[in-house]
Amino acid sequence: MKSAVASWPQPSLGYAELPLTTYEKRLNFMAEPILRIDGITKQFQTKKGPLTALEPTSFSMDVTEFVSIVGPSGCGKSTLLHIIGGLLEPTAGHMYLDGVEFHEPGAERGMVFQAYTLFPWLTVRQNVQFGPKLRGADNNKRKELADHFLDAVGLHGFRDHYPKQLSGGMRQRVAIARALANSPRILLMDEPFGALDAQTRAVMQDLVLDIRRKEHTTTLFITHDIDEAVYLSDRIFVMTARPGHFKAEITVPFGQEREDALRNSLEFLEIRKQVHELLHEEGKAVVEAEIAAGRTE
Amino acid sequence: MERTLPTPAIQGVTATPTRRRKPSLFRIGEEIPGGVYTAIAAASFIFVFAIWCALSYGWVRVPQSLSSDGSGHVSNLILPTPTGVLAATHDLWQDGSLWGDTKISVYRIVMGFLLSAALAIPLGILIGAYKTVEAAQEPLIGFIRYVPVPALIPLVMVVAGLDEAAKILLIFIGTYFQMVIIVADVTRKVPRDLLSAARTLGADRRQLLFNVLLPATLPGLMDTCRTMIGWAWTYLVIAEVVATNSGLGFRIMVGQRHLRTEEIYVGIIVLGLLGLCTDMLFKLASPRLLPWAEVQRQ
Repeated sequence: MKSAVASWPQPSLGYAELPLTTYEKRLNFMAEPILRIDGITKQFQTKKGPLTALEPTSFSMDVTEFVSIVGPSGCGKSTLLHIIGGLLEPTAGHMYLDGVEFHEPGAERGMVFQAYTLFPWLTVRQNVQFGPKLRGADNNKRKELADHFLDAVGLHGFRDHYPKQLSGGMRQRVAIARALANSPRILLMDEPFGALDAQTRAVMQDLVLDIRRKEHTTTLFITHDIDEAVYLSDRIFVMTARPGHFKAEITVPFGQEREDALRNSLEFLEIRKQVHELLHEEGKAVVEAEIAAGRTE
Repeated sequence: MERTLPTPAIQGVTATPTRRRKPSLFRIGEEIPGGVYTAIAAASFIFVFAIWCALSYGWVRVPQSLSSDGSGHVSNLILPTPTGVLAATHDLWQDGSLWGDTKISVYRIVMGFLLSAALAIPLGILIGAYKTVEAAQEPLIGFIRYVPVPALIPLVMVVAGLDEAAKILLIFIGTYFQMVIIVADVTRKVPRDLLSAARTLGADRRQLLFNVLLPATLPGLMDTCRTMIGWAWTYLVIAEVVATNSGLGFRIMVGQRHLRTEEIYVGIIVLGLLGLCTDMLFKLASPRLLPWAEVQRQ
């Protein structure tokens, strides 16, 4: 997958500065979507037989796009993201990054998890340097990368702290910096702010917008928070209850310059309402299915 | 729009001193002041020591049945006096046998424990990491570890004779199998998300094992070693009591044979102190060696 890492727009730092191969140059000129998902399906084998977690799902994303997937709990949105991250194997379907099919996890698809996944034995700076170090970046390069991305998430002053000394919001900032330091082609975020309180969450959302403007990131974002999805995304996919598939696609026409006041605009509330209604039906379906199956929670 | 409360109510509130919870040393799971903790800990030692003094010096009378000579006092053959034990310690120190016994016992512990850790930690990590290794090793080890170690003493003596190798081997057998299983558990408890994160950052299999799994197990390994060294002391004494002519366990046996109860107590107290010291050593070393580890309440 090393071939697919460098193309327009140039990330400000990272190994995109290496000379491009002919193959990579050709990729860059193809007006091909950065990510293409084609008929991805997931079944789990259980004692009661196969359980379909994800029905055939297809979509694609363009460079610098911000796409969110929202859905009721257990709809398979997180499963889909883990499949794209290469951490789960799909039962069927194909996935392409810059037109190249992939199966395994790779540094070109950076991931941020809901759980805190900083390496506790490394300082904040060493965490951010983890990816570049694995790939053999020299000391100066690693330092440059860490400084740049810790600045970007506003944690430069904490570079020598250990994760245990950081709050939840700070840990997720470092996790974002760590993923970005790898110069990924696309950032996969799995409910990254799900464990944070409402105020911290709003601050983190502005941080994501800010990073997007500065670093020209392409992001696929999983959330169950409708506000968050509308505030951040260019497009939102709404998923059905299990077995999950895309039910609707909503375009959010706010561009990249957004700020907190947008949340109270009529347009914002209109889109929010639209997503809410789509999701509410599915939420009811989930609860009814649980009651029908005699599950208690 | 400001509303004022009736004045008497405010005065009533401010006039009453803040009601505090009644202080108590018995709230489930709650901290007590550090000074109180130390005081209670010290008192528990003093309490036991006081009972020892009271019984051995004959400050209190005991029922005839407990007193072998019918004097109403506990015989010093059963319970020597603190001064007697102190004198015995002095004598054993003077003739060099106490220092010699301690040295050889510590040597056996260190060798047996290091051997056991050096082999058990890598295997335990591999079992925890790979189901294939788990299937090949864990059921087998699970069977062996329930064989009581003293049952193996005759076999160990046949195989390794009566010299140092036999004692070290016994400590090894006593700790190795337990340690493998505990280390495997420690490894399995490493959060999967940590490994997933490393994979999405581009770690290959070798890097996952050495750059992620291994450091993530370190705090757990530290705790495991602390537990296992306690087990090692147990098996050391079993080995020394059964077949040897040196060591603290042997000193206890000699004390029994010659009816010098004081020497038995010297051996027991020195063993207790050494165990306490190793434990303290681990407790003090952990935060220095692994400053990043989340502190668990002990």
